[in-house]
Amino acid sequence: MTTEPLIIAGREFHSRLLVGTGKFSSNEAMAAALEASGTQIVTVALRRADLSGKGDPFANILEFIDPKKYLLLPNTSGAMNAEEAVRLARLARAAGISDWVKLEIHPDPRYLLPDPIETLKAAEILVKDGFTVLPYINADPVLAKRLEDVGTATVMPLGSPIGSNRGIETRAQLEIIIEQCTVPVIVDAGLGAPSHAAAAMELGAAAVLVNTAIAIAPDPERMARAFAAAVEAGRAAYEIGLGARAETANATSPLTAFLTK
Amino acid sequence: MNLPDFTQPDLRSPALRRFAALLDPLDDARLSALAADSAALTRKHFGRAIRLFAPLYVSNECINNCAYCGFSRDNAILRVTLDVAEVVREARHLVAEGFRNILLVAGEHPKFVSNGYLEACVRALAAEVPSVALEVAPMETDEYVTLVRAGAEGLVVYQETYDRETYARLHTAGPKRDYDWRLACPERAYAGGFRRIGIGALLGLTDWRREALALAAHLDHLLRRCWKAQLTVSLPRLRPCAGSFAPTHPVADRDFIQLLCAFRVCFPQVGLVLSTREPAPLRDALLPLGITMMSAGSHTEPGGYTGQGKADLHLTVRGRMVEPEFAAEHATGQFEISDDRSPAEIAALLRAHGFDPVWKDWDAAILTP
Repeated sequence: MTTEPLIIAGREFHSRLLVGTGKFSSNEAMAAALEASGTQIVTVALRRADLSGKGDPFANILEFIDPKKYLLLPNTSGAMNAEEAVRLARLARAAGISDWVKLEIHPDPRYLLPDPIETLKAAEILVKDGFTVLPYINADPVLAKRLEDVGTATVMPLGSPIGSNRGIETRAQLEIIIEQCTVPVIVDAGLGAPSHAAAAMELGAAAVLVNTAIAIAPDPERMARAFAAAVEAGRAAYEIGLGARAETANATSPLTAFLTK
Repeated sequence: MNLPDFTQPDLRSPALRRFAALLDPLDDARLSALAADSAALTRKHFGRAIRLFAPLYVSNECINNCAYCGFSRDNAILRVTLDVAEVVREARHLVAEGFRNILLVAGEHPKFVSNGYLEACVRALAAEVPSVALEVAPMETDEYVTLVRAGAEGLVVYQETYDRETYARLHTAGPKRDYDWRLACPERAYAGGFRRIGIGALLGLTDWRREALALAAHLDHLLRRCWKAQLTVSLPRLRPCAGSFAPTHPVADRDFIQLLCAFRVCFPQVGLVLSTREPAPLRDALLPLGITMMSAGSHTEPGGYTGQGKADLHLTVRGRMVEPEFAAEHATGQFEISDDRSPAEIAALLRAHGFDPVWKDWDAAILTP
């Protein structure tokens, strides 16, 4: 099954599944799941990585992500405001990690819901600073357009809160965002089952990001493959075009077929 | 600041109502079901990761008398306050063992443990340790601002007991007698800019169910007031210490497990801390159930990791300094730890159980301009 490539900031990707690296039982288990998922974009919390450049053996998560295989997408989780997020992104760039950044500013550690005001502020600064910015946002269509206007490479609205596995609870808003945005829309957070990922892709999301559902599965590698298959199926269905929903049954062999013969 | 009486919690809060119900005695089947829920929720919110930290005791001088604490003013124990260079040497030992998250602990003594001293300790450590937290006597908000600017990220303050009568009976001398000053401390810490705030109650001083419900009510209150803080809860059970205080209300292992799981189920995103006070077999058993943060290889005496401060050891008897009659090797600890396995052993054990020991999950650069 071949689907159209995903293009972000002029770069082409053949997998539409982005994978997060938190919550795994070990770095080895994480690396195996990344491999199985077929992903090409991997996000890592900078606060877990060694930013000192000293090769800290107790903070060596980056050593398990092969930069030849994956685009490393550092994220700013831990930052509570624009200033802190900008600082982390610049530090990551200075440490040679990346000039792409998944902009995450969630000051509320309970639900990890993104702060729209600080995110927009930080996005503006980082774009001007030459970063490729992928902001994590609530499913707010106006915010998505505002971010696009300042030059972000994508928007990443949530399906439901991070780690909640509740799937797409923001469908109506996501539909508007997908309808209106000209940059790729990546549904991030809350996707707990492959069917959730497929549903996001059928809606027309350009990609999805999955972490918890893979990381805490009893067999992360198989779950990663299950998500990859669902993403591909959902994307193919979107490209083919799904039939319209009807309130009544429609026979697969229409009774009126004789009229057109 | 007028705080609610947490010993009379408002059970209209759904989390508290549920918590209160989960403290009722449970049969084996229901306890197993609670444990399973707790384990599943922990995995969902925290994954297969356990954060490791180490306490670094910088001083055991104290002007308070707390019946259950080895550092009480009237205890005739060996005391010392490490100088900043000694604190750094202790911290370097912990960093070499893997710790990237250090909790500075001190008794309350304005002369030895001054704010300037703590600020100097934090500043020196923040340059080398990604995450520095404090467990020290309550302060004013502006003092917290200074410590946060120096690089401190977390503050831990236990109310010890929420029962006012018990609190008054056990805290017989010193500024710690002021229950309300201590109770409002987490909110002052939040106002001062701390990111991680730890609260807790000592188990064994009074009825554990009432104590736990008051602690949960305090947590519920803080979750609303301090919405940007990462809150953690500790449930230390009293351990033997100098002064030979015996807990009047010991908490059985089974009750302890129920309590921990009840916290997890009602407050799924709150960190639960387990220290080396608990014995190894119980710590191992609790691993999958709800714990998110552990200490390992801890020493509760200043200088305990590398023998710093030996030259300045002195005996104090009822607050007065006395020359020790024998050559002392180290200061007296706050309490006896129960799990004495090394950090490397704990990390290996975590891996063997399918958990990722997380040493670093914070970077000082987030806060430092």
